[in-house]
Amino acid sequence: MSQPKLMQGNEACALGALAAGVRFFGGYPITPSTEIAEQLAEQLPKVGGTFIQMEDEIASMAVILGASLAGKKVLTATSGPGFSLKQELIGYAAIAEIPCVIANVQRVGPSTGQPTSPAQGDVMQARWGTHGDHPMIALSPWTVRESFDVAVKAVNYAERFRTPVIILLDEVVGHMREKVVLPADNEIEIYSRRQPTKSREEGYQPFTPEADLVPNPADFGTGYRIHVTGLVHDDTGFPSGSPKITEQCIKRLHEKIDCVKDEITHYDEFFMEDAEIAVVTYGGTARTAYAAVEEARAQGKKVGMIRLMTIWPFADKVIKQAAAKCKALLVPEMNYGQLVMEIERAAAGQTKVVSMPKYNTEIFTPNEISGAIDQLLSEVAK
Amino acid sequence: MKDYEEYFRTNRLPHIWCPGCGNGIVMKSIAKAIAKLDLDQDKTVIVSGIGCSSRASGYMDFDTLHTAHGRAIPFATGVKLANPELNVIVITGDGDCTAIGGNHFIHGARRNIDLTVVLFNNNIYGMTGGQASPLTPTSKKATTAPYGVVDRPFDPCQLAQAAGATYIARGTAFHAAQLPDLIAKGIQNKGFSLIEAITPCPISYGRRNKLGDSPAMLKLMSESAVPLTAYGKLAPEQQEGKFPIGVLHESHFGEYSKEYSHVIERAEGGQK
Amino acid sequence: MKQLRLSGSGGQGLITAGIILAEAAIAEGKEAVQSQSYGPEARGGASKAEVIIDDKFIYHPKVVNPGVVLAMTQQAVDKYSADLAEGGLLIIDTDLVPNPPQGKKIISVPITKLSTEKLGRELFANIIALGLLVKITGVVSLDTIKAAVANRVPPHTVDKNMEALLIGYQAI
Repeated sequence: MSQPKLMQGNEACALGALAAGVRFFGGYPITPSTEIAEQLAEQLPKVGGTFIQMEDEIASMAVILGASLAGKKVLTATSGPGFSLKQELIGYAAIAEIPCVIANVQRVGPSTGQPTSPAQGDVMQARWGTHGDHPMIALSPWTVRESFDVAVKAVNYAERFRTPVIILLDEVVGHMREKVVLPADNEIEIYSRRQPTKSREEGYQPFTPEADLVPNPADFGTGYRIHVTGLVHDDTGFPSGSPKITEQCIKRLHEKIDCVKDEITHYDEFFMEDAEIAVVTYGGTARTAYAAVEEARAQGKKVGMIRLMTIWPFADKVIKQAAAKCKALLVPEMNYGQLVMEIERAAAGQTKVVSMPKYNTEIFTPNEISGAIDQLLSEVAK
Repeated sequence: MKDYEEYFRTNRLPHIWCPGCGNGIVMKSIAKAIAKLDLDQDKTVIVSGIGCSSRASGYMDFDTLHTAHGRAIPFATGVKLANPELNVIVITGDGDCTAIGGNHFIHGARRNIDLTVVLFNNNIYGMTGGQASPLTPTSKKATTAPYGVVDRPFDPCQLAQAAGATYIARGTAFHAAQLPDLIAKGIQNKGFSLIEAITPCPISYGRRNKLGDSPAMLKLMSESAVPLTAYGKLAPEQQEGKFPIGVLHESHFGEYSKEYSHVIERAEGGQK
Repeated sequence: MKQLRLSGSGGQGLITAGIILAEAAIAEGKEAVQSQSYGPEARGGASKAEVIIDDKFIYHPKVVNPGVVLAMTQQAVDKYSADLAEGGLLIIDTDLVPNPPQGKKIISVPITKLSTEKLGRELFANIIALGLLVKITGVVSLDTIKAAVANRVPPHTVDKNMEALLIGYQAI
């Protein structure tokens, strides 16, 4: 372990990606994510990696996809407006199965919105921002240390499942500094780039799935001469207009993530054993929620908390369980009410789900959440 | 030297292009240029955008990348920077390169990254049935310009030169013997190279503008294209309706991936 | 839990001062969280840095009712001192805050003037303020804050910054 250090969430995110083996970053400056680019501009060449500032957000996404295909682990970072611009190529990465990580440090939107103010308004965009159907992995850290850990996980998942992975930071966690102790290199698990298991002569096809439903397209320059396209393609990698192939292609993209859903759904439960109501929360808001829940417990109130690290795929199971035993779920989030819709879907009417939206640039205060907890407790007591 | 035919994925042919289209001539010219330079087939990557010409990547037996509309150059930039030993050739069309991809085009040239961009210029969006592009000449007709195009076309060669490209050439599908050489020189240039290859689209452009069939369009090219030195000697009124071909521009500037390797050396050595 | 807010205008170096204070707290084995908020201006406008110091992990990352507010401009006083905790302390730059609020415990020190008069430049005002804050709050020791400042500032400015720190520390 390293010495305790004061560190910013964005910096920890950059260092986590670096520790996980990211050796290529392409980006465009945008508040409040720019520290990630600045950090990697400094650090990447020190380890033989490459940083490039591109002409726009779309080019930043394109350049990392090219670099990933040529064998590098890649990252880009952005915020709301840039995240919107990147969507087409995030879809490209999904269908062409190109490992890549996009860190989105959320700010108030829509449009230019409030550039230096916190929000969690891109939760749904992270899932549904592209056109067409594909699964998505999005992870949201709540501490500076976890920004490091989530970056490592994101890179590993991108490589293992050959898919885009989104780090859903928010301005609170991205810009705050706190004491952090980073893991030593030998404590960090790293998933290396998948390699072909067959030669061309043995009938290698770049998009034939392995047992885990993920294919092993070869890196460019390794002699396999593969074709990569954003068109629907068969196992050879070449476009196909066949309805059957199209269905197979889209289905497998989903199934390769569906089959590991439980493994990649990370969350914390606090005080849930006897909780009458629970706060379901994520990202920077979870910090405030914890302060309120801890205080409520100290006063003997039966309140629990579920903190989601994995936003997508959505943690249906844990929410279903909570819905079965709690009389109400309170969902504070820095938006007009986004993840609450998934929570309602998973709760399926088994319990009352209360949205607690906030979208005025200010983060929640512990008192606000305490007030909502008290009100909810008195309502369910009736 | 391999025969150029060895560079095609013959099982992917025939191609999708219309009878009379010039894209095949340009694609063959790229293969011939690669054959001439005897590039390592396993260390050469073809990157294309979206459109008729961009389908060429699928027919060529290299690592090939058929990207999104307009984005071939930044994808190719990533490939080249991630592995600078690769030869990276970009195939793009006039709409792909100068409209939706226009920003990437000028910034690729500005960086002088070692890409060889072959711009298949057929003056129209062919695949989607004949919409106007930034290289459709003023007053020519397109489905989206039924009364004729109002605005001016870019000269992509001048645009690339102003943006910093270090090798610029123009050829045509008619001058099929010259084109492979122009492309080969572009590949040899360590920096951003543009080869504008003018190619006929009789179906979506020629027909609507009464330019005749493909042979007629090729004939017009042969009459309008003038070697650069001869073109320079023409009086302004004689230049009307004509355009120069050949190597139009060569200059020297540090190549991006090479320059960045110096950044790595400095950073690894702890300097700024 | 100690909650401090350092406010002023962009360019006064208060975010840096906040970072140094948090680093000093960590050096003493404490938990610290530092955050900031600022407008679009790189220079001018109102900006604040907040530092929370505690013995245990700090969840809510923003100051709720600060025990101490440092305000280096009138605009900062007006914007950032209203939620001062009961019995909390407002530290102001005498010359830059012509209209101090009523009914608050105030310590007024000509911080910026001290910087120009004693060190020849305004830019040490943030470190003078830091010395003052440490003296008033005792939140970290003088030795720790010295080390934290030396660690953060450019090497050729360490001596001047040490001087600045002591000027602040001895200003009251």
